[in-house]
Amino acid sequence: MTKDNRLDEIDRKIILATQGGLPLTMRPYDTVAKEVGVSASDVIGRMERMLRNGIIRRIGVVPNHYALGYKANGMTVWDVPDEKVSELGQKIGALDFVSHCYHRPRHLPDWPYNLFCMVHGRDRESAERHAQDIDAVLGDDNRGHLILFSTRILKKTGLRLLA
Amino acid sequence: MTVANLDALDKAIINGLQGGFPLSDDPYAELGKAFGVEGNEVLERVTRMLDSGLLSRFGPMYHAEKMGGGLTLAAMKIPPDRYDEMAERVNAFPEVAHNYAREHELNMWFVLATESPERIEEVIGEIETSTGLVVYNMPKIEEFFVGLRFEA
Repeated sequence: MTKDNRLDEIDRKIILATQGGLPLTMRPYDTVAKEVGVSASDVIGRMERMLRNGIIRRIGVVPNHYALGYKANGMTVWDVPDEKVSELGQKIGALDFVSHCYHRPRHLPDWPYNLFCMVHGRDRESAERHAQDIDAVLGDDNRGHLILFSTRILKKTGLRLLA
Repeated sequence: MTVANLDALDKAIINGLQGGFPLSDDPYAELGKAFGVEGNEVLERVTRMLDSGLLSRFGPMYHAEKMGGGLTLAAMKIPPDRYDEMAERVNAFPEVAHNYAREHELNMWFVLATESPERIEEVIGEIETSTGLVVYNMPKIEEFFVGLRFEA
C-alpha cells in the first residue's frame, strides 16, 4: 500500500485542488473535501499516503528568497570527475548555504559542468564567498566552475497538473 | 510589508513551517500551540506574507516524477535583442514551471514539469519549433540531500 504510487480520480482531484496552494481557511482540508466531494478525513488520509510515498515532498511555506533579501541567487556549476560526483555532491549538499544540489549531464564542448549547486546570499559577494567555500571542499577535483547569477524571474508557478 | 518589519512569529513561520504543516482537521490549532499564539494568528500571518510576496507558495509540494510525470532543467542561448519575445514564447508552455534569466551565453534556464516522462522530449521539440532555437536538456542524474534552512 505504501509502495503504491498510482493515483486514482479522487487523488487527482485533490492534487488539482491543492497544487496552487492550500485554501487559506482555518480548516483547509474541509474546504478541499467540499470541492472534491469527499470527506475531510478521506482528503487527509490520501494526502498522508501521498506524503509517505513521496508524491508530496512536503507541506508548508515556500519563502521568496528575493523578497527576504537574498538578492543573489547563484547557480554554481562545477566540472568534477564523474566517478567522484556522488561523493562530492553529498559533501556539498551538507553545506548550509546550498539549497539544491544535483548531478546533471554535460553538453560538450559547450557545457563541461556536471555538478549544479544553488547558493543564496544577500549580495553577490556573499554568494561568491560561498562558491569559494565549495571550491575549498572540492580541492583538486574542481576542474572548472562558474556562478550564473539570475537577473530576473521570468516565471514561477510551480508544478501544474493539467485538468 | 517587507522583510524589515517581520516579527519573531513571522520568522518562526518562515523557518519552521517549510515542511510539517499538520494533516489534521484543525491544523492551525496545533500550530498555534507550537508557536505560542492563537491558531487564527498563524493563518493570518501566512495569508499576509503570501499577499505581500514574502512567501511565494503555501501548501503541498508535489513531486512530478513520483506522480509518474517528467521533470527536467533546460537552458537556451537567447539572442539578447529578442529576449522578451522568446521568454514569452517559452513561458506560454504550461509545462514551464520556473524560468530564470541568468548571466551566461546560456541565458535562459527553466524547469519543465510534465504529466508523463515522454512529454519532456515532446515539449522540448515544441519549444525548439516555437523559438527556432536549441534547447539544452539537463535532467538530473542524481539528487543530493539538502536540508531546508532559511535565515529570515
